[in-house]
Order: sequence, then structure tokens, then C-alpha cells
Amino acid sequence: MLYAMLCYHSEDIVCSWTKEEDDAVLARLGVVQEKLAKAGKLGPVVRLMPTTAATTLRKDGEPPLVIDGPFAETKEQLLGFYLVECATLEEALDIAKELGRANPGGAYEIRPVSLYNPGKAAP
Amino acid sequence: MSELASIDATLTAARPRAVAALLRYFRDLDTAEEAVQEASLKALKTWPQKGPPRDPAAWLIFVGKNVAIDAARRQKKQQPLPDEEALSDLGDAEGALAERIDDGHYRDDILRLLFICCPPDLPATQQIALALRIVCGLSVKEIARAFLASEAAMEQRITRAKRRIAQANVPFEAPGAPERAQRLAAVAAMIYLIFNEGYAASGGEAHVRAPLCEEAIRLARLLLRLFPAEPEIMALTALLLLQHARTPARLDADGEIVLLEEQDRRLWNAGMIAEGLALVDKAMRHRRPGPYQVQAAIAALHARARRPQDTDWSGIEGLYAMLERMQPSPVITLNRAVAVSKVKGPESALAMIEPLARQLSGYFYYFGVKGGLLMQLGRNAEARVAFDRAIALANTAAEAAHIRRHLDRLIADSGADNSAAAAR
Repeated sequence: MLYAMLCYHSEDIVCSWTKEEDDAVLARLGVVQEKLAKAGKLGPVVRLMPTTAATTLRKDGEPPLVIDGPFAETKEQLLGFYLVECATLEEALDIAKELGRANPGGAYEIRPVSLYNPGKAAP
Repeated sequence: MSELASIDATLTAARPRAVAALLRYFRDLDTAEEAVQEASLKALKTWPQKGPPRDPAAWLIFVGKNVAIDAARRQKKQQPLPDEEALSDLGDAEGALAERIDDGHYRDDILRLLFICCPPDLPATQQIALALRIVCGLSVKEIARAFLASEAAMEQRITRAKRRIAQANVPFEAPGAPERAQRLAAVAAMIYLIFNEGYAASGGEAHVRAPLCEEAIRLARLLLRLFPAEPEIMALTALLLLQHARTPARLDADGEIVLLEEQDRRLWNAGMIAEGLALVDKAMRHRRPGPYQVQAAIAALHARARRPQDTDWSGIEGLYAMLERMQPSPVITLNRAVAVSKVKGPESALAMIEPLARQLSGYFYYFGVKGGLLMQLGRNAEARVAFDRAIALANTAAEAAHIRRHLDRLIADSGADNSAAAAR
């Protein structure tokens, strides 16, 4: 069974880390990740940009609504995610809209990725 | 990050909202500031044992409010309170929860708090000092250090500035849309001032002033979170990130300025650049161009160039032309001329800046650019005059040293010319 581990933390605190503190956290995580990778257990690892870089597509109406900022509702739950290579935010929104037509309702939060390690877990 | 450092970061992040809410409640800046100060001290005592609260700002507001009311009561027993009117909301104080004063208003509260720090008649340095003290919660000592001023002088400057803004009487009602936009623009300009104050520093000062850049970025992010749909605020944040990303490459080991074209681009902070570019992209989607978007787009074109020769100078020239139309200024024309020199050559650029001579007669960069263009044209004697003038106008030792290097090169060249002539 593959498990997704979704990372939550206070953005205020993480954004206030100095470069040294940030590097130290990444180094400690790197040790754990390497162990997992060696065991063939590690899939993609992703660090997202701050929520200020996010755009949200509400796809419960027609046409769907583009809102600046992160997904902020509490009545819906995180059910899945995609990683898509796009040249611009506009392209990402087009793709999200197409996905939305296939599966209306709810929303997609579109957030640029700042760090990506593809990993390779054997499912 | 240690527990204390993490509590400190939490308090810093929660501070603007707490001061802003208590300012609206007490209608007095000193009371609000002291209340948050006291509440922060209590937080440092209790949070390590009980863990930080779920909503730190609400906690600070609640505790700060009670502390201030207690203090007012104690004072009242000793002497009648003259400013009863200011505390007229106290009737419901005990029952009121922090959320009630806060709910739905905090966006305008924080904007108001930032806005009162930047009345147009207050000198820029005082605006910056006020914002750093009140909004960011930096100590007078830290601010004095960043301004290379004595602590006593800075204390005095802040006190004087506070007295000025106390008389400004910014209304406490929620602002209308045009007023809100006006406040937002003033606050954005003030945040950019803070950044530039830190960024303009060089040499030995650069290290102590870098925190100003970081505070400016923190404030820009805060503003963007409050007003997530404003393309100009996205662009301001992007602009600061894209410029700050270059900091590690801006000075060499001797503290001398390294020009953009000579910087080691591998030292640029890739994470900040990626975030800045994403924000520019996000802002452009709105198709509502503004000065910060144009400036961020220029910074983005520099950031996208892997090598200096990859720079899209004609794109940059076009953007400066656009900026010139938005906010005509000789300094922008000067910047455009630099781009023109890359696209059309130094002659065209020189023709562009010559009419600016009178307006920019006291501007260091004008003579630096002019000298550089003349040098490219081989008009070395004139270049030397321009560089001499630039040195006389330099704001920092690093600026002067930078121009002096050009002069040295000129003198070395002319020396080589002379010896070549002698050999002939």
C-alpha cells in the first residue's frame, strides 16, 4: 500500500527560518529520506511554495471561478493531487479546468512546487 | 529551530494583527503597543509549559486587552482617568472575546496600522523606523543599528514620529474601496522604502542592514495574504524576492559592489527567484498593469537570464519605456538608457541622457552611467570628468570605490596609449 504523507506546519514559522535553519532541517530530513530510498520505499517528495503563490480554481459552477490565494474552505477535504509540468500559471489553469470538466464540484488549489525529488517506490 | 526561537517567530508573525486589533479597541497606539508587549512577555512564560495556543494572535489580543484594562483600573484608583472617552468600550470588556473585536475586521485593522506609519509629510526614514518599531516589533536598539544611528537618537526620532501620527486622526471606520486602494498604495510604497533602505547599503553596512530587506519581504507577504487578489501587491512581493535573491552575489570578498553583469549567478537564491517568477506570472494574469508589475517584470527578465549575454535587453527597454509612461521620471529614463545602450549602442543612450543633465546634476548614478557610456565611445577625457563627479556624489564608500576602479582602468588605458605613442 502506498501512503501519502501530507505536511502541515505554520507558514509564518517556516518562512521565518534563516537559510541555515532551513538547510539544517533539509539535511535532517535527507538522512531519513535516504534510508527510505535505499529500501525502495520512497516515492516523490515535494515542497510547495508559500500559499501566497497559490491560485484556486472553484469548479462547482460554470464557468469555473479563478480565485487568488490558497484553498480556504473547511467543508471539503483533500482527496488527491496531481503534479503537472506547466510553462505558465495560465497553462496550469487550463489543465485544471479540463480536469474540472471531467470531474465537476469542489476545487483545485494550484501551487507552484519549489522542491521536487521524483523518488522511486515500488508499489 | 529551538522552542524559544519558534515562539519568537510565532509572536512576530502574530504581532501586526494583535497591535492592529488593540489599536482599534483602545484607540491609542501606546496602549495597544504596551498591551501586546505585556502579553508577549506572558506568552514567553506560559507557552513553553502549556504549548502555544491554536490562534496566537487571538491569544495576544485577549490577554493584551485584559492586561491593559487592569492597568487602566489600577491607574484609575490612584487618579481619575482623564481619557475616559478613549476607553468608552470598556463596558463589555469582560465578556468580549478576542474574536469579537477581531472578526472580519482584521484585514482593515492591519492595513490601518500600516497606513498610520506612512503619512506623506513624514520623512521616509521616520516612516520606516515607525513601521519597524510598531508593526514588526523590532527594538529601538535593532532599528538604531540598522540605521547606523545611536539608540538615543533613534528613540527620539521614533517618539517624535509617534507624536506626529497621533495627531493624524486616521478614522477607525472600515474604509471605502477608493480609500482602501489609496491606503494600500501608500503602504506598498512604504514597504518598498524599507526594502531599499536595506538594499542600498553596501560594504560593511550590508550585513547589519539585511534584516530590513527581510522585514520588508515579511510585510509584503503579510499584505499579500490580506489582499490576495491585488496584482500590484503580488508584484511588489515578487520584486522584493527577485532583488533580494541577488544579495549573496552583490558584494565581493572585499565588500566591493559587483555589477549585475559581473555577478556569479550561481550564488543567486534559486528558491526566491522561483517564487518571485511565480508571483509575476500570477499578477500578469490579471491584465491590470501597474508600476510594481513592470518593475517586477524587469527583475524577472534579469533573473531568467542564465548568463549576462542571455539578458533580454530589448524586452527590458520596452518595460522601462512602459514604466516611463506610467510614472515619468528622469531616473527611469536613465535606466532605460542603460537598456538602450545594450540594444542600440552607447551613442543612442548618451543622446537620451544628455537632456537629463540639469535634473540629475546631483545624482551619483547619472554620472556613473554617463562616464561608462563615454568610456565605451572612447571619449576618455570626458569619461574621466563624469567619473570624478560621480565619486564626489557617491553615497557610500563602496560606490566611490566602484567608480574609482573605472577611473583606474581609464588611467591605465591612457598610460598604455601614451607608451604606445612613445614607442612609435
